[in-house]
Amino acid sequence: MSLLDSINHFSYGAFCIWQRNILVWKKLIGPALMLHFGEPLIYLFGLGYGIGQLVGDINGISYVSFLATGIIASSAMTTASLEGTYSVFTRMVPQQTYKAILTTPIKIEQIIAGEFLWCANKALFSSTAILIIATLLGLVESWQALWVFPIILISSIAFAAPAIIVAALSPSYDYFNYYFTLAVTPMFILCGVFYPISSMPSAMQIAVQFLPLTHTVELVRPLMLGQDVQNTFYHIAILLVYAGAGTILAMHIARKKFRL
Amino acid sequence: MIIQLKNISKIINNRIIVNNLSFTMRAGHCFGLLGPNGAGKTTTINMILGLITPSSGQLTVFDMQQPRHGSKIRKKIGVVSQEDNLDPDFSVFENLIMHGRYFRLAKDQIVDQANSLLASMELLKHKDLKPLQLSGGMRRRLSIARALMNTPELIVLDEPTTGLDPQVRHLIWERLRELRNQGTSILLTTHYMEEAERLCDELMILDQGIAIESGTPRELINQHIEPHVFELDKSAAQTHSLKNTASQRIEMIGDTVYIYTTQSHLVRQHLDALSDDQQIHYLHRPANLEDVFLKITGRDLDE
Repeated sequence: MSLLDSINHFSYGAFCIWQRNILVWKKLIGPALMLHFGEPLIYLFGLGYGIGQLVGDINGISYVSFLATGIIASSAMTTASLEGTYSVFTRMVPQQTYKAILTTPIKIEQIIAGEFLWCANKALFSSTAILIIATLLGLVESWQALWVFPIILISSIAFAAPAIIVAALSPSYDYFNYYFTLAVTPMFILCGVFYPISSMPSAMQIAVQFLPLTHTVELVRPLMLGQDVQNTFYHIAILLVYAGAGTILAMHIARKKFRL
Repeated sequence: MIIQLKNISKIINNRIIVNNLSFTMRAGHCFGLLGPNGAGKTTTINMILGLITPSSGQLTVFDMQQPRHGSKIRKKIGVVSQEDNLDPDFSVFENLIMHGRYFRLAKDQIVDQANSLLASMELLKHKDLKPLQLSGGMRRRLSIARALMNTPELIVLDEPTTGLDPQVRHLIWERLRELRNQGTSILLTTHYMEEAERLCDELMILDQGIAIESGTPRELINQHIEPHVFELDKSAAQTHSLKNTASQRIEMIGDTVYIYTTQSHLVRQHLDALSDDQQIHYLHRPANLEDVFLKITGRDLDE
């Protein structure tokens, strides 16, 4: 089999898994849209305009604009994390969906690749919804905001990888609490979604440099506000390291779990 | 040869699950792996499918090495697993469509195949229901239909009729016989001796990972067991102190006494004579594989 054939063969399998998930998603499009549009609206109106009254401007930017850019970044994280843990675990263990698929020519690596695709896809759905809302509220400053999509794509892989690893290692749903309490929630609060990280003590500012969400926020915020992005390659490199190393590790762990 | 195992062993966590197993399966045959729970049947199947790597030994399927050619080999196999793992998010029909896509079949072919399989499994009028809305028997029929989506050369069934009512069991047996008559090879695990006797051309009895006997169902029975069996209650047998004689061999398992004999009329006369003073209920039946298993291992198969 030539390299091209192998790539074609591999991506067909991953595509099947992505297709499976999107077909299921389509059946539940009502609740899905409710989540994608409803949640950010509550954040923007409740926190953005509510707390914004008290906070005033941040570096010359209205608080609601500041928050909108953070929410887009954090939604990539929450969407990919929820899908990578709860949904993947459901298909992996209680539903035995993977077990059934593995009796066909499709391999575990293709299943995991398909799940990555789907996590990224879902993160793009949610950031698109928020971008639409933000644009309608007049919070987006320039067309360069469209560059948000490739950033969300890379970020969602960086967040999906640890989530899928957690799903593969957890004996039950309850164990996700460790991951969400120790990783997802701290990133949500500490990585600059709600306030600039420059307002934290300097040790904290250094610590958050190791967390991927910080870099997603640092890239997405100026893109939406029509500003120049600082240290572009540094931020992208960190996200790529998370995405790359995470993917390799996730594949390895899933292979061990399913190939005795 | 469809399947060839040479000295296959599998050790998981220091426990020997399959111990030095060798057998070959010929094309167009129905081969049965028989044994109680924990005998290593499912592990053997998973090694054949390339989902588990043997600890040692040689394994080829369609003359290709496993697990190296897993994907290529599975393209030609249909699998019915022990537990239902239908996709609960999809309808009956969609389950088959999605499964066809995993095999990269052409779209029109998938739809035609799904409809004809649903018809043959008597599921056509339930095609829009979700698996959870089906009865256990319907779900199993759907699992079998799903396994046939890729028109497999070999179909592997892991305890296909466990927990099903007799009607469904007979429908499934009928479909499997049809498949075999059309030339499909069948690998079956079961702990129902009746199923093995009805379907299998060849059998292997496994116990604790070891192959203890193999042959055709008739050969195994003729080799090991007298053709007639009388079963009676232990208490009744005790009061009449039945003994081993030239014409009868007595085994006691649990609360049941089994009398094996080549001369059924002698045993029958004897039991009927005893019945004159006190009623003895007994069952006279031909010997089956269950008796073979009992004799070889000294244990009941379903325990």
